[in-house]
Amino acid sequence: MDKSLQEIVDQAVSQLDQVSDLKQVDEIRVQYLGKKGIFTQRMKTLGGLSAEERPAAGQAINDAKRSFQTQLELRKEHLLAAQLEERLASEKVDVTLPGNGKRSGGIHPVTKTMRRISHIFASVGFEVAEGPEIEDDYHNFEALNIPAHHPARAMHDTFYFDEHTLLRTHTSPVQIRAMENSKPPLKVIAPGRVYRCDSDLTHTPMFHQVEGFLVDTDASFADLKGLIYEFLTLFFEKEIQVRFRPSYFPFTEPSAEVDIECVMCDGKGCRVCSHTGWLEVLGCGMIHPEVFKSVGIDGEEFTGFAFGMGVERLAMLRYGINDLRLFFENDLNFLRQFN
Amino acid sequence: MHFSEAWLREIVNPSINTKQLVEQLTMAGLEVEGVEPAAADFSQIVVGEVVEIAPHPDADKLQVCKVSSGTEQLQIVCGARNVAVGMKVPLALIGAVLPGDFKIKKSKLRGVESFGMLCSDKELGMAESADGLMALPNDAPVGKDIREYLQLNDNIIEVDLTPNRADCLSLEGVAREVGLLNKIDCQFVQSAEVKIEIDQTLSVSVEAVDQCPVYLGRVISDLDASRQTPLWMQERLRRAGLRSLGPVVDVTNYVLLELGQPLHAFDAEKLSGGINVRMGRDDEKLLLLNDQEILLDKETLVIADESKPLALAGIMGGADSAVSSATTSIFLECAFFTPLAMMGKARKQGLHTDSSHRFERGVDPELQLRALERATGLILDIAGGKAGAIVQQVSMSNFAERKQIPLRKERINRLLGVAIEASEIEDIFQRLGMHVEVADDGWVITPPGFRFDIAIEADLIEELGRVYGYDRLPRRSLMMRSDLKSKPESLTELDRIRDLLVDRGYQEAITYSFVDEALQKKLVPGIDGLKLKNPLSSELSVMRTTLWAGLLRAAERNLNRQQARVQIFEAGLKFLPEEDGVIQERYIAGLLTGSVAEEQWGEKLRSADFYDIKSDVEAILNLSGSGEDFRFEEAKHPALHPGQSAQIVDKEGLIVGWVGLLHPVLEKELGFDKQLFLFELKESSVANYNIPAFKPLSKFPQVRRDIAVIVDEAVSYASLRDCVNNLKSSAIKDLIVFDVYRGEGVESGRKSVALSLILQDSSKTLVDADIDAIVSQALDALEKELDAKLRD
Repeated sequence: MDKSLQEIVDQAVSQLDQVSDLKQVDEIRVQYLGKKGIFTQRMKTLGGLSAEERPAAGQAINDAKRSFQTQLELRKEHLLAAQLEERLASEKVDVTLPGNGKRSGGIHPVTKTMRRISHIFASVGFEVAEGPEIEDDYHNFEALNIPAHHPARAMHDTFYFDEHTLLRTHTSPVQIRAMENSKPPLKVIAPGRVYRCDSDLTHTPMFHQVEGFLVDTDASFADLKGLIYEFLTLFFEKEIQVRFRPSYFPFTEPSAEVDIECVMCDGKGCRVCSHTGWLEVLGCGMIHPEVFKSVGIDGEEFTGFAFGMGVERLAMLRYGINDLRLFFENDLNFLRQFN
Repeated sequence: MHFSEAWLREIVNPSINTKQLVEQLTMAGLEVEGVEPAAADFSQIVVGEVVEIAPHPDADKLQVCKVSSGTEQLQIVCGARNVAVGMKVPLALIGAVLPGDFKIKKSKLRGVESFGMLCSDKELGMAESADGLMALPNDAPVGKDIREYLQLNDNIIEVDLTPNRADCLSLEGVAREVGLLNKIDCQFVQSAEVKIEIDQTLSVSVEAVDQCPVYLGRVISDLDASRQTPLWMQERLRRAGLRSLGPVVDVTNYVLLELGQPLHAFDAEKLSGGINVRMGRDDEKLLLLNDQEILLDKETLVIADESKPLALAGIMGGADSAVSSATTSIFLECAFFTPLAMMGKARKQGLHTDSSHRFERGVDPELQLRALERATGLILDIAGGKAGAIVQQVSMSNFAERKQIPLRKERINRLLGVAIEASEIEDIFQRLGMHVEVADDGWVITPPGFRFDIAIEADLIEELGRVYGYDRLPRRSLMMRSDLKSKPESLTELDRIRDLLVDRGYQEAITYSFVDEALQKKLVPGIDGLKLKNPLSSELSVMRTTLWAGLLRAAERNLNRQQARVQIFEAGLKFLPEEDGVIQERYIAGLLTGSVAEEQWGEKLRSADFYDIKSDVEAILNLSGSGEDFRFEEAKHPALHPGQSAQIVDKEGLIVGWVGLLHPVLEKELGFDKQLFLFELKESSVANYNIPAFKPLSKFPQVRRDIAVIVDEAVSYASLRDCVNNLKSSAIKDLIVFDVYRGEGVESGRKSVALSLILQDSSKTLVDADIDAIVSQALDALEKELDAKLRD
């Protein structure tokens, strides 16, 4: 190559090496390849050469030009890569900072527990029913075989509005209303609020129960035992000891209270289970003939069973909550624990 | 009911330990609530006798006693005031350990040596308090171990009896259960007829025969009611939770515990004329033993003499005829009052006694004679006296005769789900004291007199299951017919609404359905909430007519506990009184206060405002699939800021809810220092979900045209929207409001509203001319109807 052409290329390359942005690269491009650029000027000098000399000289200029262009592209690519690198570096974020926007809330642990209970029973076809919370004496007591002055009434600590109107003391009146309105076979679950005028460390004047009942031609105590056992196993998600203890409810006979092995101490005995190793979680029994009579179901053709459980109690055992009153104080620090 | 295990074991003593006994009772339906030792743990305490007392040389309140321990005489310094020569007292010897691991050592009290300690009831863990040494009977054998002497190696068992098991409200009743469960016999106390020594009787007439089918009584004269009840009886009473109140009352209580039969003794000298069992009379008064004066009425059964009522039958005696330590002659009554006559009567007077508890639940109507003889015998033994003949009025064939109850074998199988051997069934009923007769399809069973609760076949099946053992009954999985069932798609479930609000940041609260009347009056002054007759407190006295009362209290609680923002909701019934009854309907209510979201680094947070809570309400409404059917109308609500409140109206024009800012006056009155936004919505308004009907998609492009119009402040966005919608142009797909501006360039009293029209035709591509035509049509309508000017 013509020594002077080589010098031009060398000079251009050293110029390229010194620049650090694409704009400067472009300026160098113009300086060499623009209309008044060095290579362009050189090409113009070809006119002064003879026809024999011209092809070789032209070739030499073009070679030098190509060499320059290659260097230029390389430099450009290098700078683009560096630029991208720099941009990416500058756009780096602290991925450990929390995300923007609202955080979601949560349902109340009582709702959560009632949902779980309802879902378990729904899986074998129990349907959810609801009833009024201000009830009449008939549905809350009479129809459930609890006539006036029955000792069981005294145990209910009822809130009254007048002689015949009261706040339901249990969800059992839903059982009566459901049986009045539908014909067997029936499989119903009734969650809801209930009220008793009692308030201390272990009682709140309002709490929740889930009532369930089944009426069919051949429902037996054995079915009841099986259903309750399976329910408790599913609810606590472990195999637990369950015992059925004879008890008394005016609206079922035979009646039973159901104890589970204390889930706090695995039945070893602790404060929660009063050192008995057992926890009472549920009442149940075969529907009493008088109840069938009051709703017009033939107790000879059909048999049935009913059960009722305290939702707060189950929630306390499931989540280890140690104070019943927390449920209705609605402290966000409490509620958020169940989100 | 509490009772002494040793007493029970005197009647029936199976070879099982306390733990097994308790387990057995519980699993038979007599739930044992607790087992406590009869006395606290202590050792080396014996019966001591005070032989000599001398004053302490250096302390006025102390005395120096010589006490015999049976083997030696000990010098003991004692501070009790009731110490006396000849007194028998519990003596803790050197080396004795008192309750609480308190060791007795040789000690010096004010310079005088003391070799042991004389004890009170309290120090032995047998009483809560004591005001002196425990005086033992004079015949207590000196030197005998106290635990042995007082039979303190005993347990107090507490059973929680269900109301049907009145037959177990006595030692004999519990013993009967234990006997049948262990297949062994009971040794019931035999009470012989006492000798009649006096002629004196008192005439008895029963007017109220239906209420009192059996009434027996006798006079006992020449007794000494000031005598001490023997320690063994006092101890049994104590272990049943009863104090000693003199021999006559103690005996009646003792027989009540032993047999389950309440008795009452009147001071015979306070009576005038014979006894009459009758209903009370209006305006009659009676001063009871507990000093409570009650007003009688025709519903109340009383025991009276010729001149006045003496006692509330079966509940409590009167003060005037009560037995005292000075009493020398008594009339001892033993009756059967029917459960029906007794139910609720004690409660009506605010009373609940051991006697009323038993009569209400049913006492064995065959027991009175035996109980009266037993009590008479005990009184004569303890207090002396001479018994007169028993006078009785009995009119009760109905009660003595127990009904025969058929029991079908097939029914047992069907209800219990198991076939039990006939021989076992018969054995169980026989052990239960029932008469068993074999019938074609099973048996005919006759229960004994003490089993008031057995009347129908189901009662028998329960007894059978109970004694057979619930744990032995089988357990099986449901094998019932099951139809497929599903909620209709057209139903929005409450849980869906809950989840929506949760996802939008709400925390669910559950508040009481009864609230503070004063607070509610402020929020909903127009409606009087239903008042509870027996509220727990004024803060929980009326049924809520708004869910806001509870939410505001919950917000208050959290704001007072350093929560900067509160976003809560509740779903529950509201109770709106109506002329004839009450409407109980479910509402969903929410409360939002503080910033829009939790504090965060990435975005500057503003305070939540009306439109934030409104968007939550809109989200709920949209669950109906047709949120656009609801309108938010400017309206005033007493609890809300008049300029920031809206009623929510459904397409029928019914108000289904409210949303707005808590009125600043209430905000201040309720002690808040920040704005609270509230909503309340009737659940049923969104319960119906409109099942979607597909519409074909347009193949042609969508275009957007923005316009800004200047209108009067009073012109609402809704009226602009309605105006455009009323054009019924099929090409207008949507209208978006993207800015509302007031200030420079817009004269005061007017505002600029920037709208975007989204246009699309289903059959062609809209060209500029089409678009311009639609836009100018809209502008014309807006100008004509709402005086809207296009902003340049």
